[in-house]
Formats: sequence, C-alpha cells, structure tokens
Amino acid sequence: MTITSGKKKQKIDRLAELAARDDERGVSLWQEAFRRLRRNPAAIVGAVILALFVVVAVVGPFLVPYSPTDTIGIRDGLIKPGVIPGIDGDHWLGLDHQGRDEFSRLVVGARQTLLVGVVSTLIGLAVGALIGGVAGAAAGLGGRWGRWIDSTLMRFIDMMLAMPSLLLAVSIAALLGASLTTVMIAVGVVSVPVFARLLRGSMISQANSDYVLAATSLGVRKPKIALTHVVPNSLAPVIVQATLTLATAIIEAAALSFLGLGNPDTSVPEWGVMLADAQQYLDIRPGLAVYPALGIIITALGFTLLGEAMREALDPKLRK
Amino acid sequence: MSDDDILVEVRDLKVHFPIKRGVIFDRTVGHVKAVDGVDLRIPRGKTYGLVGESGCGKSTLGRALLQLTPPTDGQVVFDGVELTTLPAGKLRTMRRRMQMIFQDPMSSLDPRQNVESILTEGLQTHGIGKDRDDRRRIIGETLDAVGLPRWALSRYPHEFSGGQRQRIGIARALVLGPELIVADEPVSALDVSIQAQVVNLLDELQDSLGLTYLVIAHDLAVVRHISDMVGVMYLGALVEEAPSDRLYTEPLHPYTRALMSAVPVPDPDVEDRRERILLAGDLPSPANPPSGCRFHTRCPWAQPTRCADERPVLREIGASRVACHWAEQIASGELRPHKVSAEVVRPEGEGETPGVVSAPSEPGSYV
Amino acid sequence: MALLEVDDLSVTFSRRGQRTVRAVDGVSFSVDAGEVVGLVGESGCGKSVTSLAIMGLLPKQPGLAVGGKAVFDGTDLLQLDDRSRRDIRGRDVAMIFQDPLSSLNPVIPIGLQVTEVLARHRGMKGAAAEKEAAALLDRVGIPDPKRRLKEYPHQLSGGMRQRALIAMAVACKPRLLIADEPTTALDVTIQAQILELLKELVRDSGTALVMITHDLGVVAGMCDTINVLYAGRVVETARRRPLFREPRHPYTVGLLGSVPRLDAGRGERLNPIPGSVRDVLPWPDGCAFAPRCSRRVDECVGEPPQLVLTYDGRGYRCVNPAPVPGTEPGQEVRDTVPTQAAPGSVPAQAEPNDPPTVPGLGPAPSEEETA
Repeated sequence: MTITSGKKKQKIDRLAELAARDDERGVSLWQEAFRRLRRNPAAIVGAVILALFVVVAVVGPFLVPYSPTDTIGIRDGLIKPGVIPGIDGDHWLGLDHQGRDEFSRLVVGARQTLLVGVVSTLIGLAVGALIGGVAGAAAGLGGRWGRWIDSTLMRFIDMMLAMPSLLLAVSIAALLGASLTTVMIAVGVVSVPVFARLLRGSMISQANSDYVLAATSLGVRKPKIALTHVVPNSLAPVIVQATLTLATAIIEAAALSFLGLGNPDTSVPEWGVMLADAQQYLDIRPGLAVYPALGIIITALGFTLLGEAMREALDPKLRK
Repeated sequence: MSDDDILVEVRDLKVHFPIKRGVIFDRTVGHVKAVDGVDLRIPRGKTYGLVGESGCGKSTLGRALLQLTPPTDGQVVFDGVELTTLPAGKLRTMRRRMQMIFQDPMSSLDPRQNVESILTEGLQTHGIGKDRDDRRRIIGETLDAVGLPRWALSRYPHEFSGGQRQRIGIARALVLGPELIVADEPVSALDVSIQAQVVNLLDELQDSLGLTYLVIAHDLAVVRHISDMVGVMYLGALVEEAPSDRLYTEPLHPYTRALMSAVPVPDPDVEDRRERILLAGDLPSPANPPSGCRFHTRCPWAQPTRCADERPVLREIGASRVACHWAEQIASGELRPHKVSAEVVRPEGEGETPGVVSAPSEPGSYV
Repeated sequence: MALLEVDDLSVTFSRRGQRTVRAVDGVSFSVDAGEVVGLVGESGCGKSVTSLAIMGLLPKQPGLAVGGKAVFDGTDLLQLDDRSRRDIRGRDVAMIFQDPLSSLNPVIPIGLQVTEVLARHRGMKGAAAEKEAAALLDRVGIPDPKRRLKEYPHQLSGGMRQRALIAMAVACKPRLLIADEPTTALDVTIQAQILELLKELVRDSGTALVMITHDLGVVAGMCDTINVLYAGRVVETARRRPLFREPRHPYTVGLLGSVPRLDAGRGERLNPIPGSVRDVLPWPDGCAFAPRCSRRVDECVGEPPQLVLTYDGRGYRCVNPAPVPGTEPGQEVRDTVPTQAAPGSVPAQAEPNDPPTVPGLGPAPSEEETA
C-alpha cells in the first residue's frame, strides 16, 4: 500500500482537477456551437448540399458542354411539334422545348438562383436588422421618444406582415417592372418584417437580462451596453433565420419567374422560368419540369437543414 | 446602530410600478407598490440582511438603492451623497463604489464574454489601471481573492460550475474596489455544499476588505448567518428590524415569528419540538394591499381594533424596530393567537399546542 | 416485504459520440407502508431520475437503459407494459412534482383535471365526481373548493396549485406517493403549510411517501429513513436521528456542515465541501466523492467502496467513515491527510470534538414561545 500510495494519490489529484486544464484556452459560444454543428448529421447533409450548389453555381457555367442559349435542337431539326428529344449520350438531360441543352441550362441557372437568393436575403437582412435594431434600441433605452419610435416602426412592420408575402412580392415586382433587380428587391422586402421583429424581440429580451443590469451597475453607458452586450447576444436567432430565409427566397424568386415577373432577359436561364416553360410540355417531356423543381427543392432543403441545425446548436436551452 | 459611521441611509423609499392596460394607448390602471416607504441605515463595514418571501419587494428595494430601478419617491444617501437626484454622469462615477451580486450566476454573466473581458469592462469604464498590464495585475489579485485560478481568464461562463460562476460574479463586483455590495440572493441558485463556500467567501472578503453588504435573501438561515442587522419585509415595507441574534431569540412581529417557525432546521430534535405558526393563505397582491397593517389579513394575533385601519409605523422596542401595534402585548403573552377555524382536522396527541394555527381560512387573500 | 423495494436500480443515457452518463448507478432502498423515506442529494445526484424511473416517466429516447428492479407490492414496475403501468400510476402510486404550474394543464379548469383522475381510476362520473373533487380540494386545505373547481391553474397561487396537485395525487388514495422537491418552488411559510399537509396525509391514510429533496431541514422534520445520494449511488442510509446525530459518510458530514442554521450564532464559519459536484471520480475507479473528501485514504481509489451495513440498520459506502463519537476513540487514519481543503474547512478529525459542526450535539435552543 505504501508503495502504491504515491501513484494513487497522483491519480486522484489528477482526477480531482479534471476541470483544471489550464493549458487550454476557453471555448466561446460560437466555437461550442460549431462543435455541436459538426456532430449533427443533418447539418452535415445540409452543408454538403450547399457546398455542391455553390460550386456548381460558381464554376459550373465554365464547364458546361453547351451554351445554355444555343438552340441546338432547332438548328439540327430535332424539335418538331409534339416531339422533344429526351436523354441521349450528347445531352445528359435532353433538350428543352427550344432545343437547348437542359443540363447546361440547369447548371447555369444555379448561379442565377444563388445570386437572387443571397442578394435578396441580404437586402431583407440589412433593412430588417436596421429597423429592428433601431426599434429594439429605442425600446431598450426607453423614455417617451424611445417608446414612440419603437411603436411607430413596429406598426409599419405589422402592416407589411399583414400582407401575404407572395402577393407583396408580386405587387412590388409589378410596380417596379420586371427586372433582375426587381426580383431581388421584391423577395428581399418580403423578409424585412421577419428580421425586424426577430431582432427587436431578441434585443428587448436581452436588454432585460441580468448581465445588462450588471453592466449598468458597473457604470457602463447605455449605448455601449447596447453595442457590446445586447446586439451580439441578439444575433444568433437572426443568423439562423437568414439561413432559413435563403431557402424561401429561392422558392419565392422561382415563383416570381414562374409568374413571368422574373428577369426579362431570357438569355439567362433561371430555374423558375424553366419550370414555367416546362408546364406546356408536361405531357411530352415531364422531365423538363422535374429537373428544375428538384434543383429548387434540394437547395431549399439544404438551407433548411443547415438553418435548423444551427438553431439547435445555438439554442442556450439545449446547451449543457 | 445609532451613531455609527453610516454608509447608506434609505429614507421613505418608494417604488411603484404602473400597471398598464390598453392596446394602442397605454392607460395606467393602478400601481404595484413594490416598495412602499422603507427606512433603513447600514453602518460601514456591517452586513444588513433583508429577508422576505417572493413578492415582498426586497429585490426591488436593492435595485432602487443602487438606482438601477428609479425610485418613485424617497431618498438614498450614500456616504453623504443623495443618489436619487444625482445627474446621470455623476451617478455612473459613483457606481464604482457600490456594486451588485446577482442570484443567477449564469444569466448575470454575458455568455459571449470571457472572464477577462467581464472583469476588464468595469475597469475600463472607470479608467482604473494605467495600462493593460496594470489592469491584468488588478484582475489577477481579484481572482486570487475570490479563489479562482488564473487560467479562468480565457474561459467563458458556460465552462464553469455554478459556484465558480458566482465567484466570477463576485470578482466582477470586487474588481472596482467598491465599498458597498448589494447581494441579491447570492446563494439561492447554488447547491448546498457550494452555498457554504460562497457564504464563507463573502464573510472572508468582508473581513479583509472592510466591505459593507446588503444581503437580500429569502432564506432566513443564510441571512441570519451573515448579517449583523436583519430587516424583515412584508408587502413592500419593513415589519421588523433587529440585530441578527436578537431577531432569532426575540422576534417581535407576528410575521417574523411565523417566518422563523417555518424555516426547517436540519436537526430532528429541533424539528420535533417545533411549533409551527402556519399562516393563513397567501400573500395579498401588492397592487391592492390590505388597509391598515398589511399583515392583518393573515395575522394570527390580529385584533379587531387598529390592525385593520391604522398602518403601524416602525417603533423602537429595545434594540429592535417593529411595525406592530401589539408587539409588547404579544411578547408578554397577554395577547394570544386566535385559533383560526381549522379546516384540516388534526388528530389528537401529536404534540400540537394551542398556539398553532393549522389551516388557511382567508378565501379573500388569494392573488 | 416492503411496499416498494428498489433493488440495484440503474439508469444510463448513452449517445453516440458522447460519454455514457450513468445518472443512477445501483440505487437500492425500500419503503414500508406509512413510512416516509427521503432521497437527499445535490443537483445531479440522480434523485429525480430515480423517481422518474420508478414511475416509468423517463422520456423514451434511444440510448436510455433502465436496469434493476422496483418491486411494488409484488410487481416489478420496471417490467410492466405501458398500459398496466398507467393503471398503477395514479391509482396505487402517485407523484407530485416541483413546479405545480407546469404539471397542471393550463387550459383546463382544476376541477376537470381532478375529476379526470377520478373517472379514470375510480370510475366516478358527473355530480358524484364533482362532489368528490370538491371534498378532495377541501381536504388539502383549499378554501371555497366549489368555486376553485371552475378556476384555471393560473388563477391560483403557487401554494394553492401545489395543493391542487396533491389533491389529484391523493384522489385515488394511492398507497405510495413520490414527492419530487414538492416545496422547492414555494416560499417558506407556504412550504410549512405543504409539509404539514403531506405529514397529515401520511399519518391519516397510511400512505408511504418518498420525499425527494435537497433540503436537509425538510428531511429532518419529515422522514423516517433517509438515503443520501451522491453521483448516482446511495452513499449513506440511516434512520433520521442517527443520520443527523452521527453522520458516518464524509459527504453527509460535509452537507450538514454546509447548511447555515437558524439556531447558530452570527459569525460561525460554515464547513463547506471543497470543489463542486463536477469533480467526481467515476464509481468503477473508486469512491466518486474521493476528490472532494477530507477523509480520503489510499483505499478510496481503485475500486468502489462497498456498502457497509451496521447493527442498527444503517449503511454507508465508505472505507474511512467519520467516527461515531465515543465508540471508536483514537481511530487514526492520518498518514494520508487531506488535500486541497478549502479555506475555512477543518480537518475531518476535528469534527467529533467540535460540537457546532455536528448538529444534534449542540444544545438545540427551543423555538421561541409563541403563546
């Protein structure tokens, strides 16, 4: 016993200081969330889908076998009334109704889709976060003016929220005239109220937290508290929402194109337009509708999976 | 506590929160009188304990004292300076001298700040420390004082246990070198064995730094353990104030007696001998407190005269201050508690004495 | 045969990619009819998981494994299928939870929730059930019960909600009641009311009560037998008085030394247990409490300590228990004296000679005369 006691004591001391790994640096919440994200299969699936999508969107157009606007089928006389050639060795997904290579169009269309999704979400995020941030800060600072600013902004947001989102987007698109920018603005505006409400609510709940009170009792100025404590802690749900909004933005952009309110420049293929065009030929070549639809669905799924996984990873309630 | 060096004096402090109704236009339909006229004085270097049940306004009082919640009326004099009328800038400077410790160590620490950043924030705000190294030195000393290792600096709150987090919270308050610390339920969120560590730490810090504490807690045993003077609050007002030992040996106010008799003691002998004064019903709403003595609706000693229509003021009896019209008569045994009609019938021979009121009988007193 | 016989109960949660958590690690205890048994411990000691496992209320999830036995009146509760378990639950065994608000359905009036229990287990209907429900509310001390029946949970105060919950639990005159921190969310004067009510129920109806709590004071006043849990195992089990008078396991000693007492003077330092509940040794490697223990010796590490049973029916899981004053004078185990004791803690050897730290030895002042 006396011989082993030293060893045992060492062992126990080591175990007693399980927490005392002083060589390690602390793990911040973001790092912690990322670790948990990495362990979540849904997050990995979502991330892989999105990575593929981004790669296709960025480098795809340089690698496609045919120009997406080249009407090969008509030139070669393959397109006749009631006949659209299907999959063959040269054309992996066949030709569309104008005899263009469907695969090339799908790949090039991915870029357009990504662009619309990202830009419109950024528009929504920027405007929404601005409105929500101002309202949240005004509500947090309090006072008569603060409350007035907050409630005015929020009533405005409520009005936007009261309109069905697609109807709002269609109205904006119709009002501004069809163009790529219009689509982005229309889809972006639709998501403004969501971001605004989310950030404001999150900021108000953070402003009532104990650590804000603690900072106040330290003597920190209110604007500094808002910037260093309230805003950073309110961002997590907004970021999650942005990821989820990317999915809906892509679907909404496709819907606008489908309704003919998309980019009038037909030389740029777009999944929504392809879907709209395909509906006349459903009986001849249903595949023409299936491919772009699948593209939209899978991409939206990728964003949703990742967004939900992020929500889980960032949820303080699930943290141990 | 008459002519000692008084660090904090609270005079007739009131905090009323408006109750608002209405969809578009807010209408004030009443006030929750969270704190309704409290006077107290805390001598320098001593601990004043504030006990009471949830909703009695003790936390609001603590925050109003630090001007974290603006008081509706009354004065707070800190070391000769009236805080309620102090301009915002001056008040911020004063904050260095009065700090707060919170109940929930997790929610009172910003989850995105590491310990170093948490402790530096106050130093930067008040311009303490010449440079980064100087601040590091101050922080290091504070960590030693609260018993946290240096490696804690780069860690985040979620990586610590509850007790360690509370130590971080204490360090944050301590790093500014305050004179007064308001501790709002400093141990109630902690495990029993950890509670004792934190209580001892607070004691040691007071001894070594000469701190003045206002400790707010619902746990009478904890408050009694660390306080020199204890104030008992009920529905926004002090009902009794006495030196800690005296409050235990000679509780004068009926509410204090009831509270004292309700606290479980980890000793079977005491428990078996205890006579519980069970109060009838629950706390009335602070928005609509009872007239006269606020405790009269639940008081086993309530008398037909005075109690219901005359609000008792704190008066001195010996070393205590008590707000009860009949304190002397109750203490001498001249007045006996009523047997409020017992709805739960108790079996005979359980060692119950006539002094025990055993069932609620106040249908009107539920919130 | 006791009414409830829990034997070697274990609950493990295993998730892929994470360490397996043994929340309950071989807990055994028994409860007789009319007996109050306490399960005491700090957060994470497995006391609540134990009760949920017995009731079959652990959320079903992959990786959850419940082992051992919980024999209630001849039937092993852990082996029952869902249906017969539901039959037993509420009728023979009932449970009271910590948070009465979340245990009551917020959109259904109290009365309906009580009559529901009566309908399910006692086949009562209509006016009869309503009358019985009112009688139950009255029994648990809810004034004006007829009116309360129509009210919703949010209209009642915390104490009244807990009473309503107790009314539902005792609606079918269960033979075993499990109360999981029933008064933790309540104020101390309300806690006194509820504890008094529970004592009465036990006394009047002979119901067995398992009281789960972290509050040693509550236990001291209520329980006949007390099991102290640490890291998923019972480390000490004893009748009430011996446990408080002569705690043997260092953890029990430490807990008792940590609690500030109402009848102790100002300025007495407490004797906390150093470290936190996180600093545990896995049981297979020795005593889980060893890292925090002030009476640690070499034998503590290596294999888990066995439960030592003594003549008077108490037991402790410790190789170097705190000596009983008088009976084991001079038992010296000093060659490996404690380590990292926190400031303010005294060596364990000092404790038997130091009356204030062993509650029960000191002259316990009586309560102030109230009448």
